[in-house]
Formats: sequence, C-alpha cells, structure tokens
Amino acid sequence: MSKSDLTRRGVMKAGAAGLAVPTIFTAGSAAAYTNEPTGGSVTLGFNVPQTGPYADEGNDELLAQQLAVEHLNGEGDGGCLNTFTSKALQGNGILGKKVEFVTGDTQTKSDAARASAKSMIEKDGAVMINGGSSSGVAIAVQGLCQEAGVIFMAGLTHSNDTTGKDKKANGFRHFFNGYMSGAALAPVLEKEYGKDRRAYHLTADYTWGWTQQESIAAATEATGWETVNNVLTPLASTDFSSYIAPVLNSGADVLVLNHYGGNMVNSLTNAIQFGLLDKEVNGKDFKIVVPLYSELMAAGAGENIKGVFGSMNWNWQLQDDGTKAFVKSFGEKYGKPPSNSAQTCYAQTLLYADACERAGTFNPCGVVEALEGFEFDGLGNGPTLYRAEDHQCFKDVLVVKGAENPTNAYDTLEIVEITPRAQVEYAPDHPMFAGGDLGSCNPGA
Amino acid sequence: MLGLNKNDRTLLVIVAVLALLAPFILNPFPTDSSLAQFNAGYPDLMQKFVIFGIFAIGFNILFGLTGYLSFGHAAFLGIGSYSAVWIYKLFTYNVIPAMMLSVVMAAIFALLIGYISLRRSGIYFSILTLAFAQMSFALAYSVLSNPKFNLTNGETGLQVYANDIQMFHRDGLPDFPHIFGLSMGSTSKLPLGAWEFQFNVGYYFCAILMILAFYFSIRLFRSPFGMMLRAVKSNQQRMNYTGLNSRPYTLAAFVISGMFAGLAGGLLAATDPLAGAERMQWTASGEVVLMTILGGAGTLIGPVLGAGFIKYFENIFSKINDQVLHQWVSFMPDGLEDFVVALIHPFIGKGWHLTLGILFMLVVIFLPGGLVEGGQRIGRLFGRKKRAEDTADAAAKTPAE
Repeated sequence: MSKSDLTRRGVMKAGAAGLAVPTIFTAGSAAAYTNEPTGGSVTLGFNVPQTGPYADEGNDELLAQQLAVEHLNGEGDGGCLNTFTSKALQGNGILGKKVEFVTGDTQTKSDAARASAKSMIEKDGAVMINGGSSSGVAIAVQGLCQEAGVIFMAGLTHSNDTTGKDKKANGFRHFFNGYMSGAALAPVLEKEYGKDRRAYHLTADYTWGWTQQESIAAATEATGWETVNNVLTPLASTDFSSYIAPVLNSGADVLVLNHYGGNMVNSLTNAIQFGLLDKEVNGKDFKIVVPLYSELMAAGAGENIKGVFGSMNWNWQLQDDGTKAFVKSFGEKYGKPPSNSAQTCYAQTLLYADACERAGTFNPCGVVEALEGFEFDGLGNGPTLYRAEDHQCFKDVLVVKGAENPTNAYDTLEIVEITPRAQVEYAPDHPMFAGGDLGSCNPGA
Repeated sequence: MLGLNKNDRTLLVIVAVLALLAPFILNPFPTDSSLAQFNAGYPDLMQKFVIFGIFAIGFNILFGLTGYLSFGHAAFLGIGSYSAVWIYKLFTYNVIPAMMLSVVMAAIFALLIGYISLRRSGIYFSILTLAFAQMSFALAYSVLSNPKFNLTNGETGLQVYANDIQMFHRDGLPDFPHIFGLSMGSTSKLPLGAWEFQFNVGYYFCAILMILAFYFSIRLFRSPFGMMLRAVKSNQQRMNYTGLNSRPYTLAAFVISGMFAGLAGGLLAATDPLAGAERMQWTASGEVVLMTILGGAGTLIGPVLGAGFIKYFENIFSKINDQVLHQWVSFMPDGLEDFVVALIHPFIGKGWHLTLGILFMLVVIFLPGGLVEGGQRIGRLFGRKKRAEDTADAAAKTPAE
C-alpha cells in the first residue's frame, strides 16, 4: 500500500507541467546563422591539444593563434597583415568587431575535442573553431562544425581523408597532406638514393598512417622503387625494437617510418640503436625516411635525424616576406621560432578573418563562398589556392632533412628543395581522395 | 508510492527536481558577467552530467554492492555507442531502436566478459576486465577498421555519411538523432533579464532516462537481490560455504551494470552521432571508478555527484586561460597581478588534471566516503544541536533509577 498522499492525477499534472517547460518558449531568435555576433566583439574558438601526446604542438599553435588575434585587433607589429596580398583586413578586428577568443583542450581525443568545441559553440558563442593536431580529432571536429553551422579551420592534420572522404563544406585545410608528401619526396629520394631501392614501411596503425603509407608507396613505386613489406604498428607502442629486427633480414635497403610525434622519435631511435644506418644492403648504404617531419619531433629525436629526409608544410627558415614577418613577430613575442603547426593555425585564423571581411558577414555560407577558389600570397607558402572542390590549399611543399651541423637548438632541419605547387597537385576525384561528399554549407539556426 | 520508503522517495524527488531544473540551477551567473565562465548550463555539459551519471549509477550497482572492481566498464560504453551509430547508418536516426540495440549489445558482451572474469575475484577480476577492455579498444581502434572490413572506422570514429543506407530515413525528418521527428539537437532559449537559459531536447531525454535509472537503482538496492549482492561484498566465502552459489548473482549484477554502461554509450551517440574508440580506453574505465569513489561508492546519489564533479572540471577548468585570469585580477597592481596569475597558472587550462588530482586526494584522505560523506558531515554539523536537545529531552523524561 502506498503511504503517499500524492495522487495519480497530481503526478500526471506535475509531470505535464514539467515536460511542457522546454516547449513553451519556442526558439524565437531571429539570428540568421549560428552565433551571429550582435555586440561589439566576435568570439573565435581555439581548440588545441594542451595535454596528451601532441601537447607540444598544441601549445605552439595556441601561441600563434593568440598572436593572430593581436594582429587582427591592430596590436603588435601587424605580422603578416603587411605582407598578405588581400588587403581587406584593417587591423580593427573583423568587420569592425573586436576579436576575442576562447581556448579549449582536445586532449588528442575525438570525444574531448568535440565536447570542448561544443562548449565553445553553445556557451561562448564562437563563430569559428580553429586548431587540432591529429587527423582523427580534426575530422571529428569538422563533422561537428558542419552539424552546428560554424566554420572549421583545420590546424595540423595530414591525413588524405580530411579533405578526401571526410571532407565537409564548412571545413577548410591549409596544411598539406599525405599525397603531397609522397609527390614531393619521391623525386628527391630518387635523385639521392637511386631508382632501384627496396623500401620497408613501418606504419602507425590508424587512418593517417594508412593514407600516408599508401601515398608514399605509390609515389616511390612510380620512380622504380619496390615496396618489400608494410608492417602496421599499434599507436600506443613505445618500443619498436621487435619491428626493427626483421627489417635487417628482409633484403630492404630503405626504412620508411610512417610515424608521428613520440612514435617517430622512438622508432627512429630504435632504428639507430640497431645500427641500421651503418649497414650496407644490396651494395648500397641503408637509409631511413620520415615522410612527415615537424620541428618539435626533430628536437625530440636529437642527433638521430641527421641526414634523414622528410617533408614539411612550412619552415621558419624560408626567405619570403610572409615568413620573415611572421617569424619576426613570433620570435619577438615568445623568444623562439614558430613550428609549422603554429604557422598553419596563424594563417588559418587570418584567412578566416579576411574571408569574413571580403564576404561582409560572419555567415558561414558567405565565408565558404569567399574562401572557395581564393588565391593569395604573403602568408609564407608562396602563391596558394584554396580549391573549391575539396577545400584543400595547394601550395609549395618543402622537402627537408635533418641538419648535419646544426648551429643552434632551432635549425635542426635544413631545406633541401621547395617542391613547386604544380608537382603536388591532383584531381579532386583522385582515388586516394574519392568517396566523400562536400555537401552544402550549413549556417545552422 | 512507487514501492519506496519515505527517505528514498525524498531522494528520488530531489534528483528528479535537480535534473529537470538543471538549466536554471547550473546557470547562476548572468551571461555577460565575468563569472559566466563557471556556468555549466549549456546543453553539451548538462548531457554529459546525466549520461555519465547513468554510467556511474550502473557501475555502482556492481562495485558499490558486490565490491567487484571492474576496470573495463568503458568497453560497454563504447559498444553502446557503436551499436547506436550503426542503427543510424543502416536504418534510422530515431534514437529508440538505437538505444535498444545499445543496451542489448552491451548485455551480450557483459554476459561473455562477466562469465569468464567472474571466475576470479579481487585484483584478478580487475585485471581480467581490464584485459578485455583493452582488447576491445585494440579491436575498435585498428583491427576492425582495416580498409577491407571497416566496422569501427578506427581513430576517426564511426560517423554517419550522406551516402549511408538509412533504410527508414525520409525527407522531413531531421538529419540528426531524433525522437519521432523531434531533433535531439534542438534547443529553446529563454532570455530572462541578464540570464539566458537553454532547454535542449537531448538533455531532457537523457535526464528522464537518468531519473528512471536512478529509480531502478534504488529499487535494486532495497531488494532481496540487492541484499544478496551486499552479502557477496561482506563475505563471499562464507556465503559459498552455506551452499549458496553466488556466481549467478554477481553475473546478473555485472550484466545489469554493463547494460547501464551500454545505455550511457548509446546516449552519448544520441546527443552526438559519433562513436570513437578512445571511449573504450582504460583511462575511460578509470574515470568511472574515480567518479564512483569521489562521489561515494555504495551510496545511491554519490556516483551521480562524482560524475558531475569530474565532468565539470574537465569542461570548465580546462577552458580558463591566462587571459581570463588577467581579467579577474586586473584590479591588482601590475607586478602583483602577474604574480597571482603565475601562481594560479599551473592549475588551470592544461593543468586541470592537476587541480582534479589534488581535489581527489583531499576527498579520499579527508572524506573516505566521498562527497556524500561530506554532505552528511555538514548535515550533522547543523543537525547536532537539535539531536542534543532531543537527547536532553529524552534524558529528562527517563525517570531516575
């Protein structure tokens, strides 16, 4: 028996009233798009890994993003605003609104990254999300921004999928990708190491590793190389000795490490410890290639990267005006040269701001239209095109190698070749990028 | 009413009221004030509160009652999410069938894993569950996502693409998880003076399920079955010697708890249609253990509080940066301002783990019963005077010998 004085009718009434609360007030906002800025300021969301395996890259990105906001608001020396070919930005914020920003921690996890991006969109009213230092995270956040109706300006993401099968209309990538690495590296490797090399691949076992391995294998095989074997290594591995030992007996004379971050530092160190570089196979010196380099990885690997070839999106040692302006502002403020992940986030923030100015609105559809097919220069990579078909930037790619005699802590890499843009271009429906659908821009609301 | 005694009914009503009024309660600061940073009343975080509340309630049924410490519960969370997203991809965005499959799949896996793991107890059980969870993670992360057979889409996470089959999806329905046409993502905003309150369909869906889960958990705690589970915790050996086979009971508790985790995983996918492998990683399993211990293992409301506590830190403290700090302490002279910011800096932004760790240590050292014990102590502090008077009265009434 119930001892309560609550009746069934009472409960029903209370329940009905409770349930009705959310529907009484209809979504009556007159905004034309998600988070339309109405006050004197506009909020950008900088979502980078501050903890986890890519924290170093993330914190460097954050420094660059803060620098970009300063320059947009007319503080500091203006940086690349002076060299950018588009002159829409005046140094008075974006469309006259002061730029403010919120930051978040992606933890290099898709879930945490999406939670952080959502709080920026739902709570802080961010109109654009920038950052990310992992392809998985970038793809996850790009999907979220498409659903929510804000613009996503990707940071460091190198997988072909970001602008391939997972491309989205609201997402844009300035960084290069696995295919471009292959296209830029293969000719240099052919010139340095000859046509009849036998390559052994160690590949991080996830989407980025697979797409990069596929790209590098295809590009090197086109120059006459043979791919002996491709071994997938779990991302969580820290000791690669057991993967290195079989390389010696495989008859391969080149080891390609499709690893990034701490993985690459460890696998390269293991390979050096095994004395691979002192070996001679098939009458040739054994060589190691690391297709995707970053300054922070180079610093982590120390001595071991001497003479090892790889590719990069950008390097602070370039001599064009855009690079010089950016390196100068960054160096004066933080006392060190920026990494290439920092540069891509800086460029992306300026590109977004510029697109808003040219479109005359923060509406994502206007921004998408302004960015699609946009040609520009002066941000550090030479003449660049934002291709309309897949929202991928096309620009020169750097082939670098570990410096033989670094003079200070920062010039650990030296530029071997600046591969011209034409050489790394591909059709939007290239098989490595097929299967995706850009969809149409989503303004939300 | 509802088969509850007075105390439990009060507890249920409190939880229900808190859950239903959360958009108000969690938004105490006006939108434009500098303290708005601490507001938690936006849909995503509120959803996380109740979803991880469900997860922790389920975990507590196993850990709080039987004392079996599972270190692999995140596996069921992930399985729930993957099941839900596959329903979206193949059939429909409606969340009801997705939730059902999530719970059923989690139950099947819990039955398998539990059947094997429960042959051991104590640390060996924990290690076995951890091993299974890590196997599931490895399967989801790479083995089952190779280009030939792609069940989980690896690191990128399983998502719904425009060219998926979606057999029962038709135009007019939202392109987002929905409940009979009402999108989980739709939010009504109520501006009220300087405040703005957000009411989100997905949140209320999760909150109602959380209240149901909480009710179920109360009933289970008070049932003869719950008593049997407590007996397992206090002395399983003695129980076995009396000729009673305790394994069916522990297995049932394990499966029920796995189903709660599956439901939570399904709800994560209902509010955000993406399932990632890192949801199954051991850190996620550890997180639910922390939530339960922080809130108070074995108590009814503790796990829900613990879940809210941890998610709050993860989402609010990680977003405070130096710029925000400078704004807060801008009234101080310059040198002092920089000093204070430098002092607080390690504990905010990327340092949120540190803050959480310190708080966790303080709770475990000074409040071994978790936040619930803290609440009880405060309650006693204010209640003591009254009870002292009662005793005095009673003493007065007792005639002297």
